Amino acid sequence: MGEVVPSAVDNTTAAIAPATARGPESPWRSSLRQLRRNKASMAALGVLIFVTLICLCAPLYANDWAHVNAFSSNISGRIFLNGHWRSVIQANSSGYGESPIGPTWHISNYFLGADSQGRDVFARLLYGGRDSLLIGTASALICVFFATISGLAAGYFGGVIDWIVSRLLDITWAFPVYLLAISLSVILVTSGFSVGPIHVQAGSLLLPIIIIALIYVPYVARPLRGIVMTLKEREFIQAAIGSGASDWRILRKEILPNVAPSIIVFFPLMVAFNMLTESALSFLGVGVQPPNASWGTIINDGLELLYTRPWVAMAPGLMIVITAGALNLLGDGFRDAFDPKAKLRGSI
Amino acid sequence: MLSFTLRRVLSAVLVLFAISIAVFLIFFATPGVDPAARIAGRSASPATLAHVRAAFGLNRPIFIRYLLMMDHLFIKRDLTSYVNVGLKVVPQVLKAAPVTLALVSGAAVIWLVVGVLGGIVAAANRGKFIDPLVMFIGIAAVSVPAYWLGEVVNLITQSRLHSSLFWWVPSGGYVPFTQNPWQWALHLLFPWLTLAALYAGIYARVLRAELVNAMNEDYVRTARAKGLSERRILMKHALRCSLVSIVSLFGLDFGALIGGAALLTEVVFGLQGVGMLTYTSLQNLDLPVIMACVLYGSFFVVLANAVVDILYAFLDPRVRVA
Repeated sequence: MGEVVPSAVDNTTAAIAPATARGPESPWRSSLRQLRRNKASMAALGVLIFVTLICLCAPLYANDWAHVNAFSSNISGRIFLNGHWRSVIQANSSGYGESPIGPTWHISNYFLGADSQGRDVFARLLYGGRDSLLIGTASALICVFFATISGLAAGYFGGVIDWIVSRLLDITWAFPVYLLAISLSVILVTSGFSVGPIHVQAGSLLLPIIIIALIYVPYVARPLRGIVMTLKEREFIQAAIGSGASDWRILRKEILPNVAPSIIVFFPLMVAFNMLTESALSFLGVGVQPPNASWGTIINDGLELLYTRPWVAMAPGLMIVITAGALNLLGDGFRDAFDPKAKLRGSI
Repeated sequence: MLSFTLRRVLSAVLVLFAISIAVFLIFFATPGVDPAARIAGRSASPATLAHVRAAFGLNRPIFIRYLLMMDHLFIKRDLTSYVNVGLKVVPQVLKAAPVTLALVSGAAVIWLVVGVLGGIVAAANRGKFIDPLVMFIGIAAVSVPAYWLGEVVNLITQSRLHSSLFWWVPSGGYVPFTQNPWQWALHLLFPWLTLAALYAGIYARVLRAELVNAMNEDYVRTARAKGLSERRILMKHALRCSLVSIVSLFGLDFGALIGGAALLTEVVFGLQGVGMLTYTSLQNLDLPVIMACVLYGSFFVVLANAVVDILYAFLDPRVRVA
């Protein structure tokens, strides 16, 4: 019915794909169109792009605008503010102890104040965002990669492969997520590790990325395995098997395109989960290691200043809430557009 | 039913066994890491290192090492901390357990009530402004790091509004129920609310989705055809069916929280539970304690998984065959 009456949207896309005889719209295109119409998701996407962009500009801000080094302590530093020179670390009015300067609300000059080592909190916030976003995205990619391989292999081949993969997933699943991450981190983060040709140094960002990716594999692989098992009974797969297609071809051409919507739906939620996990691990001191910073480590830095300089801990937390919230909203939009029946265990 | 239960218990035991091996491998057989140096803690003396090597049989075959660890943990129960010399680990864990249990059970009551109510209210008001509002609050709750929320709560109740609105909030810590029930509840009130926020958000979102799906089912159409009111259909028909998924979610989350996921809330509010024990031993790199906490935690997760599956099979006979 829809193929004869092109809508306004179809007119614009017709120019891009003129070769197709106006058949029914491909499911991908219709999903994307539905996603574009979802105002909340588009707003969330805008927020995400904005956060990513300002975090990417961290070196630009620190070097050329604020002229601060976000990673070296600046205890004796002084700044020029409202016609006065002020110390970054000031003696308390009680005369006992000292505290860092509070927010100046001047964008180029210790906007959010300093932490206990006199470092510019706003510059650190931007740098920390880069690591938080990087770890969240990279670990989600790795996690989805391994989960897809193990879910597809277990669901499609069954038998011994299924038994082995499923037991491995069961064991990982049975570990309390944070405890598994903590055990792996406490062993690896301070000493690094080397297996054969692979050497990962202590304090490398790769460690939290890999650890967080691995602990969440079962949360994606298990539902995928179930989807593949039901797909395998469908006629079109049976037909492909009957016509002699190889396993590799069936997995690549028939199964993968059919599980792709579920993977896409999982992705933004995984990034949000992974960011929250990274921040928790960093807060506990077993995630991102100095000199690197992430939103979690900055919250940890701000803990001792909570009552005197609350912005040190509040600002990175707000950034996490905004970013994770936008990712969750986007995830909802993805689900409505790509796979409305997707069941997600919305918990970690 | 009996054979299903037996099979499920057996598989739980097997999983526990596998987990103990996994923990052993992480702590004792990670390539490139000297377990003796890790267990003995930072800057241990050569004598301590030698003692650790002997106690855990680090120069003996790998399966003997595994047996020795299990012996120290479960049979002799004499695993000792090398950072706080002489501190027995297992009694420490058992002493901390009631605090965690109190924190998690109280929070569970709150998140179940709030989450289920939120889900029902949102589903009953689809298309009105209240549904997106509840769901937005749900998303916000899911996106907040629990420990940071705890810090915000502390900032407000302990510092900014402590002298006016929240003068009655105690400054962290734990009072046993047997000692003073009123103080017990007062000390746990804000930890409960903080911990419950995330799960209330999740449950409201899951329940709403389930209810919305259920309202399109055949049995709901039948109920409509019989002329029942929408309210009655939602509460008596759709809700009953949708609660099944909440039950299974609840079992898993409760187990995970008792098993250590409440760690961050305990740390922020200074509650001396198992999570706090894990945290302090993390700060000191006190590996024997971490090892015990991890095994203890996984025990509860496996137990909760098994109980949930058995309950599920009890509610839905189709599962028993699979």
